[in-house]
Amino acid sequence: MKHLSIQLKRPGIAVFDFTSCEGCELQLANKEDTLVDFLSAVEVVAFREVSSEKGEDYDIAFIEGAISRQDEVERLRGIRERAKVLVSLGTCACFGGVNRLKNAFDLEAANREVYGDKPKETLPVRSVSEVVAVDLEIPGCPVNKEEVERIVQHLMVDVPYSFPLYPVCVECRQRFTICLFEKGRLCLGPITRAGCNAPCPAGGLGCWGCRGPAAVANYEEFFALVRERGLMREELIERLSFFGAFEDAVSCCPL
Amino acid sequence: MATTLIDVKVHHLTRVEGHGDIRIRVEDGKLVEASWEVVETPRYFEVMLKGKHYTTAAVLTARICGICSIGHCLASLRATEQAFGVTIPEAARKLRLLAKHGETLQSHVLHLFFLAAPDFLRLPSVLPLLEAHPEIVRLARDLKGLANRLCDTVAGRTTHPVSLEVGGVARMPDKRDLTGLQAELRASFDNLRRATDLFRIFSIPDFQRETEFVSLKGENTYPFIGGRIMSSDGVDLPEADYQAATNEYVTENNTSKWCGLSRDAYAVGALARINNNHLFLHPEARDAAFVLGLLPVSHNPFMNNFAQLVECIHVTHESIRLIDEVVDMAANAPLMAEVVPRAGEGVGAVEVPRGILFHHYVYDERGRILKANCVIPTTQNNANIHLDMGPLVERFAAEGMSDSQIELLCSMLVRAYDPCISCSVH
Repeated sequence: MKHLSIQLKRPGIAVFDFTSCEGCELQLANKEDTLVDFLSAVEVVAFREVSSEKGEDYDIAFIEGAISRQDEVERLRGIRERAKVLVSLGTCACFGGVNRLKNAFDLEAANREVYGDKPKETLPVRSVSEVVAVDLEIPGCPVNKEEVERIVQHLMVDVPYSFPLYPVCVECRQRFTICLFEKGRLCLGPITRAGCNAPCPAGGLGCWGCRGPAAVANYEEFFALVRERGLMREELIERLSFFGAFEDAVSCCPL
Repeated sequence: MATTLIDVKVHHLTRVEGHGDIRIRVEDGKLVEASWEVVETPRYFEVMLKGKHYTTAAVLTARICGICSIGHCLASLRATEQAFGVTIPEAARKLRLLAKHGETLQSHVLHLFFLAAPDFLRLPSVLPLLEAHPEIVRLARDLKGLANRLCDTVAGRTTHPVSLEVGGVARMPDKRDLTGLQAELRASFDNLRRATDLFRIFSIPDFQRETEFVSLKGENTYPFIGGRIMSSDGVDLPEADYQAATNEYVTENNTSKWCGLSRDAYAVGALARINNNHLFLHPEARDAAFVLGLLPVSHNPFMNNFAQLVECIHVTHESIRLIDEVVDMAANAPLMAEVVPRAGEGVGAVEVPRGILFHHYVYDERGRILKANCVIPTTQNNANIHLDMGPLVERFAAEGMSDSQIELLCSMLVRAYDPCISCSVH
């Protein structure tokens, strides 16, 4: 790949998975129309899910998943030492994701419930940045491959990437999606960071906030809107807690 | 001291979803150890589900798996609908099945080309093929791209769908998009034929171990969503009695549970489905099975690769037919049934790409989950993989295979089951 007619070095990328569904790394193998270009622009050094190569010399390490066991903590620290740039890939890595719902329960009781008298080792779920220093966070459940491609391009030419400051609502307007609130349903679009192109409101599910708070999120206005539409506090708190990305909003929810 | 020794340790096997280890030891031609251990970090989904509202269950359980999230979503919705006594409208039933087929196609193509094929070509991954055989990568890319677009169109998104909800589906896809996809599906048979020609030259290890195969039971069609459970050893149970079929138990060394039915272990997945329901395959899929040498009932676990390819042909035919039926439906055909939560419990069984999946929820009268249980296909396969490994190693160690050959063979065995390990440990 050339940039301003200068031949760029192909960055060595590595993908590592922790506590997650591995859906975000799967996105790296998606978007078939540009997949070949993407794979030609980078050098895949380690990517356990698709390759048996196990290189240790990489520039960019993508970390998928939350951290929930001691061996994961140690593995992550080792990767941090080797990586020039460490990127949290996806909502689990950025915020803990749905895994964080586990933290609301007593872990011993949880273990008994699932494994009976043979409990397995587990820690309270943490995001990657709660364990090591992170250079960049790409949220999304799953991540949007187009955005990942753009970010990798930015990393290659060393130009900072900026996420949209505005919330998901803007992208719903752009694609003429009827507002979920107009249908009497809850949506976190007004307070969630855009950049996903709002597939969930368009599909009927509404926004569940996987990308975390928008820079300009106005919680007060949002809570007022929820109250005005007569939506339930219980549902709102369940939604805000879902990806572990709105702990600040949960704590200041006046409803 | 042992004169001949085979000693294989694979930590975090590659080209599978999730984390598992292989351990093989043969001394003086005698098998000392052959094990498959799942070491994935547990996530405790059954605990997370407690207290959640019925509208949250499918959104949450979709996150069990990044590859078969549509399948999890469908099993979850069915469990909830069974609990509340909801029958979904015909259009919703067809659209859900279409999304299911898209996922089967997407997942099978991913496994066949990206995860399994490199072993047969003696490559570390599919990436070197970009240079050597770009036409194979293009073939895989085209088939997978089409499958993903089918999922996106019907379910709103392939990974973690957004248009499937309790009571039905949220929206009718644009019918022009569906007919466009239908034309592409018709054209994709050329690619599927090329894929069959490619895979038929792959030599699969000559290995058999008599196995019990468990799947949904086809009544008049090849089964995908709901119905009775059957096994090749003669078990026949209603969906709601899934616990009598799966018998999950916890072992010391695995974060995944193990299962067993009439024997110590059983197998689920494409091969189990074809072994149990081959009479209901589309004739062209059956022809492909014949060409690939897959003759039911096959007890060769490596045949699961070919079974997946046969299913790709079957679901492509089925999708074309379903799109015709959906497009012919009235514009105002209902998509959602009324949902009134009530106290009760329900089970949803769905044939997802890797085998039969069960979700089971107990609800209180407000529609909040009191207790949840999910039994995953790979959880059901893990004990069988482990038990295959010993006889496999014994058979080929006797032929004088080296450590690296044994390692490749055992890795291929695990990959043949297309395990979804993080799923199995949910």
